[in-house]
Parts: sequence; C-alpha cells; structure tokens
Amino acid sequence: MVALSFGWASAQDESVTDEAGLPHPVAFPPAPPRDLAAADFVDNNDAGDKIELTWVLSPDDGAEEANVAGYYLWRSESPGARGDTLAFVGAGTTDFVDDTAVPGVPYYYSVTATDGTSLSDDATFGPVSGRRNWFTVSRLAVLVLAGIFFALVLTFTRLAERGAKLFVRRIPGLNAIEEAVGRATEMGRPVLYVPGIGEIDNIMTIASLTILSHVARITARYETPLIVPTARAVVMSAAEEVVKEAYAAEGKPDAYNPDNIRYLSDAQFAFAGAVNGIMLRERPAANLYLGAFWAESLLLAETGFEAGAIQVAGTAMVSQLPFFVTACDYTLLGEELYAASAYLSREPKLLGGLKGSDWMKIVTIALMAIGIIMSIAGADAFVEWFHTN
Amino acid sequence: MRREIPLAITFLIGVFMLVDFFVPHTAVTTSADELKQWGIIVIAASILLGIGNLVRVHSKKIARRNEGWGYSIITLTVMAVMLWLGLWPGAHLGPNEMIGTVEQGTPFNWMFLFMQVPLQSTMFSLLAFFIASAAYRAFRLRSAEASLLLIAAIIVMLGRVPLGQLLTRNLPEHAQLPWITETIMAYPNMAAFRGILMGAALGVMAMGLRIILGIERSYLGGEK
Repeated sequence: MVALSFGWASAQDESVTDEAGLPHPVAFPPAPPRDLAAADFVDNNDAGDKIELTWVLSPDDGAEEANVAGYYLWRSESPGARGDTLAFVGAGTTDFVDDTAVPGVPYYYSVTATDGTSLSDDATFGPVSGRRNWFTVSRLAVLVLAGIFFALVLTFTRLAERGAKLFVRRIPGLNAIEEAVGRATEMGRPVLYVPGIGEIDNIMTIASLTILSHVARITARYETPLIVPTARAVVMSAAEEVVKEAYAAEGKPDAYNPDNIRYLSDAQFAFAGAVNGIMLRERPAANLYLGAFWAESLLLAETGFEAGAIQVAGTAMVSQLPFFVTACDYTLLGEELYAASAYLSREPKLLGGLKGSDWMKIVTIALMAIGIIMSIAGADAFVEWFHTN
Repeated sequence: MRREIPLAITFLIGVFMLVDFFVPHTAVTTSADELKQWGIIVIAASILLGIGNLVRVHSKKIARRNEGWGYSIITLTVMAVMLWLGLWPGAHLGPNEMIGTVEQGTPFNWMFLFMQVPLQSTMFSLLAFFIASAAYRAFRLRSAEASLLLIAAIIVMLGRVPLGQLLTRNLPEHAQLPWITETIMAYPNMAAFRGILMGAALGVMAMGLRIILGIERSYLGGEK
C-alpha cells in the first residue's frame, strides 16, 4: 500500500501557499461523512483478513455545490494518523470490505470525502481487528456429502464384516493381472510393474502400491522376477518395503531381489527412456502400468506393445486413458484402479468400501437430476448451495 | 507395534488434514502448513536414497558385465559429472559461486540446457510417431465400436483444421464439420470424461477413508 501525497488543501490546513509562496485560495471542502463503523467481516470462508467498513454519506454527496466525487479510505495501526491509503470509492458508496487485513492486528480507519480538489475532515473509527472463523461455510456442501459418503462406506464395511454377501462386478483388467504373471512364468521372463511417475502423496501412487503388494505375492508364489522401476525416490523406498513384505508373506524372502526395485530418474522422459530400455533389454513378458501417468504413457505402452508383452494399464488420469486403451490389452478406467485392492484381496472390509462408493454414485446422480429440474424451474438456490471455493 | 505406530500416525495426520480443509483458523492452518513443509523437505531429502539405489544397481551391473553394462557406465559418469558441476564451488563460471546455485553461463546450466533438455524433447517428439501407430490400430474397422471411433475421429480431426472448414463452408451451420466437432467434444466426449472423473473422485475419497481408518494397509507392505 502506498500513501498518497495530495496537493489539495484540507479543511484542517490553516494556510496554503502556491509555488511562488503567495496565499492560495482554499477550495471549499465538502462536508465529511459520518458514523464510520468497522467490524470483523463475517464471510463464508473468512480467514480473518477481512474488515467491513460502513459510513453515512457526506451531506454534500449529490449536492449541486461542492458535490462529492468519492471517498478516500485510510488505514493505520496507530490512532490519530491516517496511515496508508486503502482505496478510493465513488460517490454514493457507503460500505467497503478491506480484504488485506492481518488477522488479530488492531487497525484505525478513516474515511474522507473529496470533491476532486479538496478533502473533507476525517470520520474515524478504531481499533478493530479481523478474527479468523472456525468453519468455512461455503464448504458445508462438501462436508455434508462427505459425511453421507463416509457413512455409506462404513455401513457397508460393517455389513461385510458381519458376513453380508456383496456383489462386485467382474473387472477383466484385474483378472488379467494373474494371467499376465502366469504367462511370464511360463516364458521364464520377468514381470515389469511401473507405478507411474506420481509422488508418494498422489493417491494413485498409493493405490498402485496396494496393487503392487498383490502382484508381488503372485510373482513370489511363481518365483517370477518382478522389476519395479520408479521415478521418485520415496516411491522406490515404499515399493522396496511392499515387495519385500509380500515375498516374506509368501514364505519366499530369499527370492526377493532388491536390485529389481530401481530408481531411474525424476525427469519424465528420462524415466520413459530408461523404462523403454528395460523393456527392450530384459524383455519382460508382462508389463503392468498402474498409477499416475502423463505424456509418457503412450511412449511406454507402445514400446511394450512392440516388444510383444501382455500389457495391463490403469490410471485415473482421464487424458491418458485413450492411449492406454489403444496400446494395452486391458485397461483399468479411473475408479477401477482404486477398487483393485479390494477386488484382488476379496477382503470383506475393503469390498464394503466399494459398495459404499456405488451407492454414493446413485446419490450423486439423484442430486444432479434434482439440480437440473430445479435450474429449469428457475430455483437456482439448490445448485448455488453446492458452489464451493 | 511395527504396524500400529504408522497406522496411528496416518490416522492422526489424515484427520488433521481433513479438518484443515474446513477450518480457516490459524490454530489449524499454521500447523497444517508446517506439516506440508515437512512433507516437501522429506521428499527432497529422499533423493539421496534414489542416488544410492542408482549407484548400487548400476555398479553391480558393471561388475557382473550384465547386458547393457556400457549404458550403466554412461549413466554413472554423467550423474557424477552433473553432481560435480552442480555442487563443486570452483566449477561455476558465473559470478555467484554459491554451492548448488543454477545460473546462466555455468557448465551445469549449459549441460542442462543443451544436453538434457534436447534429449527430453527428443523423447517427447517420438510421441508423434507412437500416436500414429496407435491410431492406426485403434481405427481399424474391426467392430461396430471401432467403426464409430473411426468416424468420430475423422470428423474431429477434419473439424479442427482449416480443410474441414473449407470442405463444408457452403453447408448449413449445423452440418459444418467445425460445429459437429464441437458438438462431439462438448457432449458425448465430455459426458464420458465427467463420468470417469466422478467415479475416480469417489474412488479417491473411498481410498482415502480406507487408508485413514487403517482398513487399507497393503501399501505398508502387507495386510497383516
């Protein structure tokens, strides 16, 4: 914020001189605004950085003589000083929201009317400070829907734990994983598992590591080499643990080869080039691409296709799905990646989560239908309630 | 305890980050921001693990003369050169000799700009050829679905170039290729796109809940 330096005379000025030092006629200033008030602004998602100012218009606002051109707003951290210029608002304005306040800092505000040549006396108010709220009201819809969703997931998880039969549709891509590993075993060639290039905080990477655990168990059972190239060091470290534990769980700890869990490069296309090199040199019979992929997806999948490997891919990156669908034998679309762990393990508690997601889809579709009908009927409040920021 | 402690940490941090999404108060946001910073630092520091793995794997490959061991020598040499140029204070040619600073005119910057960037661009440009070969397979008339895909692809490709506009400019607006292209992209394509996106979003939430509650634990290395 920059303090303005006016050449205008204020009503507080006793003597004003021009450049030659001669008395300069003081312009008749407008009457000041009245009853300035400032208070913490209660917004939907106020983080305490907003203070709302209100005032009563100068009596000259709209008058023929000394008509008010607008109001200058000032903010200071000490009483009796105007401080920095906050804003200029047009004539007829009676409120303003200062959204640059630091929460908890006491401020003193002033408002001054101007006719374009001179300033009125100040109306002042202070101290006042912004207060952080405890809830982002505009995210209420998210909270309510997440609450419904979590309740559904937990209900079906509990039902599954009590022995309820939960139907899960067949996912060919997941059935193909064991088939692919079996084929690699028959051919005496390794399995390549690429967990994407996402960092460990990417939920697709986490989902991929859960699938890796199942794949590692199968390869341990068949004693088939499993190569896991990674683009992130933390993912490599997690993959090492996952594969080692899976081999131990299958009673084959000696079959685990730490040199097959490889960190290649953080650089996207250096990683793609290195993985392509592994495909062409070590000739894996099965390539599994499960996780977060970007433009390298087709580079990997097409090279794998050319190398003659059976390929299963899965990602929630919608823009990469067409490439995988085209170049791979099986593709897990979006949510199927997250369902894989439950589907492969058939653990009731995990299947309950899948069932809860399905019911939430029904709730979402119903809400969308209601929203469409309400919007057509002109009642936008329903749709507006779902707007977040 | 080997499982319980990570699961407890996951639960506490997961719930705290959820709370952070809904609560703008500094009592929560300050700590959440701090936690996010820790995450960034841990991830950055983990590069040492990656370097260790890279050196171990490639050294063994060279020692055993495995297939492609020559590439391993190149990999380790280039990594060592880039590390030396990036970290060695005297190796900088620029005015600022602070360790690790990337600046214009340094050998490190030169190798990055004129070796790594072109190499990566080369890999990226291969995509054009891979798209062509993949499209050839996808658009072959093998089934009704593939035929539909082929027709839609031809319309969209033509509708996106001036030739498409030229071919149909005398037809009514709704029969012109650019209009049909926009309709295909805005309705059937977007509907499928959003359908997958919504399913994936719910999948993320379900997965997140399972991880926070400790129901999903295979990412820790096993279910038990």
